[in-house]
Amino acid sequence: MTTVVTIKGVDKVFPSRKGADTVALRGIDIEVASGEFVSLLGPSGCGKSTLLRIIGDLLPPTSGQVVVNGKTPAEARRDRDYGMVFQQATLLDWRRVLANIELPLEVAGQAPAERERRAREMLDLVELNEFADHFPWQLSGGMQQRVAIARALTLQPELLLMDEPFGALDEMTRERMQMELMRIWQQTANTVIFVTHSIPEAVFLSTRVVVMSPRPGRIVGVVEIDLPQPRQFETREEPRFFEKLVDVREMLRGAEE
Amino acid sequence: MTRRYLPPALVFVTILVVWEVGVNAAGIQGFLLPPPSRIIASVQSEWAVIWPAGLFTLREALGGLLGGTALAVLAGFAVARWSLIRAGALPFAIAAGSAPIIALAPITNQWFGITNPVAKMSVVGVMVFFPVMINLVRGLTDVGAGKLELMHSYAAPDRATLLKVRLPNALPYLLSALRVAVALCLIGAIVTEYFGGSRAALGVYISQQASLTRMAEAWAGIVVVMLFGGALQLLIVLAERILLPWHPSRRAASG
Ligand SMILES: Nc1ncnc2c1ncn2[C@@H]1O[C@H](COP(=O)(O)OP(=O)(O)OP(=O)(O)O)[C@@H](O)[C@H]1O
Ligand SMILES: [Mg+2]
Repeated sequence: MTTVVTIKGVDKVFPSRKGADTVALRGIDIEVASGEFVSLLGPSGCGKSTLLRIIGDLLPPTSGQVVVNGKTPAEARRDRDYGMVFQQATLLDWRRVLANIELPLEVAGQAPAERERRAREMLDLVELNEFADHFPWQLSGGMQQRVAIARALTLQPELLLMDEPFGALDEMTRERMQMELMRIWQQTANTVIFVTHSIPEAVFLSTRVVVMSPRPGRIVGVVEIDLPQPRQFETREEPRFFEKLVDVREMLRGAEE
Repeated sequence: MTRRYLPPALVFVTILVVWEVGVNAAGIQGFLLPPPSRIIASVQSEWAVIWPAGLFTLREALGGLLGGTALAVLAGFAVARWSLIRAGALPFAIAAGSAPIIALAPITNQWFGITNPVAKMSVVGVMVFFPVMINLVRGLTDVGAGKLELMHSYAAPDRATLLKVRLPNALPYLLSALRVAVALCLIGAIVTEYFGGSRAALGVYISQQASLTRMAEAWAGIVVVMLFGGALQLLIVLAERILLPWHPSRRAASG
């Protein structure tokens, strides 16, 4: 398998005027292979978002090295290797759903007909075809987040970066969205890096869970989740699933001591 | 429809009735406050004078509105683009915008000549310049950080971010500034004419009739100004309907 992301010795320090600098990340090393689904799990404030933003070239690391597809993050971003989904859907309020999904294709300079064909395909994937002509405010939070996922997938990115995309959703919607994400991941075979602070979510979705310590964020360990693919609704009821939950939980607890 | 338009219509009719009955019952002299029936009669009898006078003044108001808005849009883009200018210019613009610009009227009347429409247009232009410019800058710059980050993640050139995010974001700001501007432009033109102007102008007509205590005629002139003001507001509302089908202000209506 080819390596998509290599992170070596990454530190991130947020300087502050009063001299009490925030050390958000210390000595992070991760390798992510093509087709993996890796979750970053840790308590609030441990630097998960910061790490994801460094990978996505929204923040520079203070020191250390990040390689994405053999390039720097900035080059990878310019080559549009990324799709990003954040906690907020951040749809453009003045665009209808279909036009929102077309946005990255427009920026990339694709022809209108091709754009629309591709956007409809993505809309199909997240099962929102009936809502193509709605404005974002006419959708529920979960539907908006699905539009954001469709938008992130339109450019067929090799690497999907997701920062608590289901954080604002209720438990039932959240589980449905997780199933949907699993289905999409199976169909598109992207590599996914997924930030969450929900242990069951991380275990259910991932092929590997990277457990982080409270600030300053370090990597405490990695749990391989070798549950059978494709994950199904019943996966959550299997004894092996609970074993993995316990493994991850204990690693998290170990980190706090 | 009825629910929306009936209450204001009722209030309007009630005011007219109370005015009419009150003036007659209290025996208020016509030269202090004429009853609505007298005003309406004057609108009819003076129509041949006040309508062309109104159009003359409207032209001044719209000329100033257009010029002021065009300059404000140019300045707004420049100020929004270069944060250095913004830091220097915006506080100044906000202070200048809250100054009583109408006080310039006697001065521009001197500069350009009392009968020259440019004297009026320049006051109007300065009046509308500040709210339009300030709102446009807000609209272009108060874009959520998330949306800008999104465009950054697509490696979007500045031009694409301007066209696809900043401009649409600024449109509601611009239209609400125009709502203020269309009201200001009539005030600016009329009041500047009170300080003197062409005999063909409505402001001059109103102030002359008032000084002759021909109050019903003065009021008839004001009715024409109100008609224009209402029509301009309606145009802006219409533009909002067409241009902003997505705006929060529309959600209650269609939800
Ligand atoms: N732009 C910034 N400037 C200064 N400090 C920051 C900045 N962004 C994050 N931090 C700090 O870095 C640390 C890690 O923040 P980060 O947002 O990565 O945490 P997180 O793990 O994503 O938390 P959560 O689960 O609550 O989202 C926090 O202590 C935060 O205060
Ligand atoms: Mg976070």
